[in-house]
Amino acid sequence: MMAEVLRQSRLPDPFRAGLDSGWKVVDASTLAEDRDITADVAIVGTGAGGGTAAEILAQAGLSVVMIEEGPLATSSNFRMREADAYPQLYQESAARKTKDKAINILQGRCVGGSTTVNWTSSFRTPAATLEHWAGAFGLAGFGATDLAPWFERMEQRLNITAWPVVPNENNDALHRGAQALGIGADAIRRNVKGCWNIGYCGMGCPTNAKQSMLVTTIPAALERGATLLTRTRALAFEHGAGRVTALKCAGLDAGGTDPSPRRITVRARTFIAAGGAIGTPALLLRSGLPDPHGVIGKATFLHPTVVSAALMPERVDGFSGAPQTIYSDHFLGTDPSGPIGYKLEVPPIHPVLAAITLPGRGAAHARWMHELPHLQVVVALLRDGFHPESPGGRVTLRADGTPLLDYPLNDYFWDGARRALATMAEIQFAAGAKTVMPVHASGVSYDRWSDARAGLAALPLAPLVAPVFSAHVMGGSPLGPDVRRAAVDTDGRYHHLENLYVLDGSLFPTSIGANPQLSIYAITAKLATGLAQRLRGA
Amino acid sequence: MSRRTLLKVGVAGGAALLLGRWLYIATTPKPASHGTLEASARTMLAAIIPVLLDGALPGGADAGVAYAETLAGVEQTIAGLPPATRDELAELFSLLDFAPTRCLVAGIWSPWAQASREAIEAFLVSWRDSRFALLRSAYGALHQIVLAAWYANPRSWPAIGYPGPPALSTE
Repeated sequence: MMAEVLRQSRLPDPFRAGLDSGWKVVDASTLAEDRDITADVAIVGTGAGGGTAAEILAQAGLSVVMIEEGPLATSSNFRMREADAYPQLYQESAARKTKDKAINILQGRCVGGSTTVNWTSSFRTPAATLEHWAGAFGLAGFGATDLAPWFERMEQRLNITAWPVVPNENNDALHRGAQALGIGADAIRRNVKGCWNIGYCGMGCPTNAKQSMLVTTIPAALERGATLLTRTRALAFEHGAGRVTALKCAGLDAGGTDPSPRRITVRARTFIAAGGAIGTPALLLRSGLPDPHGVIGKATFLHPTVVSAALMPERVDGFSGAPQTIYSDHFLGTDPSGPIGYKLEVPPIHPVLAAITLPGRGAAHARWMHELPHLQVVVALLRDGFHPESPGGRVTLRADGTPLLDYPLNDYFWDGARRALATMAEIQFAAGAKTVMPVHASGVSYDRWSDARAGLAALPLAPLVAPVFSAHVMGGSPLGPDVRRAAVDTDGRYHHLENLYVLDGSLFPTSIGANPQLSIYAITAKLATGLAQRLRGA
Repeated sequence: MSRRTLLKVGVAGGAALLLGRWLYIATTPKPASHGTLEASARTMLAAIIPVLLDGALPGGADAGVAYAETLAGVEQTIAGLPPATRDELAELFSLLDFAPTRCLVAGIWSPWAQASREAIEAFLVSWRDSRFALLRSAYGALHQIVLAAWYANPRSWPAIGYPGPPALSTE
């Protein structure tokens, strides 16, 4: 069998080489006793925000400790199998869900966070989003011109450039269908260096081509003497007299799911929460921080995403080739008072992801799975958070202290979902699809655009009837000058404690309206650089 | 169906769901969270897996192995979930195992091992189309966990034309 001939990769694994050279990395699931650690700066989370901050602060000569709940997995562990990757590298085995289970969230949980498993799409924050933040939230200093040098810096650092290779057929179908309808579609820039165009970005890059935090900023910080704790859950900040005094952490068990009895206490001058837009608000809530206006955890955004599957006459092989290289912002909309807009992209098509997305059971499901090589899939990411009827979700805590995001889906959302399903079907037929299936519990599919248009107009859409996904978590501890609406000030500092910063996607006052990694890199680079200057001057 | 009938069905369905949950909570000890599945959960999954994967699982000599590996895959998936999610699934499995709730909420009137394929199919459809989000989410959980377990397995790949990951070598 093909899978059985997979040979152990003999590609270089620079992270393993770094470990051999003496990098300070501690897997807390192996600790025999409790630990106390002291550093200048403690960073919770090693994703786009934490990784970026770690490099900048370590390069400023500060001692840094990084605290990561997930495991360390590096290129030699990345076997390109969903069975390994989802439990190992994703939050809740890639099955994290909102409170009512209506939205399935794909989010990384490993060293490098979501940057280790994302599909490499790199967009600057859309100007319309930044203008909205300035206008509606009074956010000064975060305009397109202000951020341009930070985008440039991170684009250079992570080799974010145009991808010169012909898109795979899954992406090309989006391009072709859009063009046929006069809808603008363009190429996506990617953070890769020497990419092999294999198509397994979502399972950890086996060739280290993806310029994730795992192969860039985190190694740079470790090289400068930073410490990395893995399988370490940040439980709560201890605080008093307007300052955080310590961070209490628990080790996890070898499986990485349950806390072990091991406790780790981290003391630092400055603490940074960078656990992502679900993890960071949860940590702040668990810590019982002063929050006089109750802003923590509210206004959490997801780019809720609906899916349209099509059968193409020719092979698509959506499991092969760079997974996400074409997009269309034609329907994104920029008027915050208007209906919700959406961005169009395509996902990789691997067996498990396809199987859990396609509706139906038994023979009906199996028939679609048997067409896997001919399957073409488009997704619409809805831009949430810009309209009063799009307030986002709210991060709450379960009885055991773990986060639970309550994100109700309302009519304003479903109106956009219905329009998006119609758009995607029309594009897929224009690209040559024989059959289009808007992903929906009924399993209904259409062989002609006119039937799809009529059918979609009447299709009942509701939570857990039309599956909704998310790969982008944003907001929940927003940036802004107004303490009634924002958790952190425009330096990234928590409004009510002097030495606590938030540096991750939870800073955003709305969703981004584009894949958020480059927004996180640029904004946290700006804030971390300011922080480094203040700490060095102190 | 008239509005009046619909209302009656709706009220009856709601009452059954509430009664079922009450019966279950009142009479069942809290399920253990960690470790392997209870034997009763395995029996229930053993009945449901062939229905969810009808037309997907191979026949002939491979059938037994494919089925056993799917069950093992489900078990492995559950073990990798966080404690709160494991508890929710354990609660769902107990609710499906406990005869009064199995009858009232799932409409399965015989023990799982004797339940007909048609009865199981009807149960799955009724939960998928339920007006209760809770039951729809439970259907979604069974769907996701079983289908993921089978299609994660390389044994499923030849039939769907998936070549598996490419061999990487610098040789």
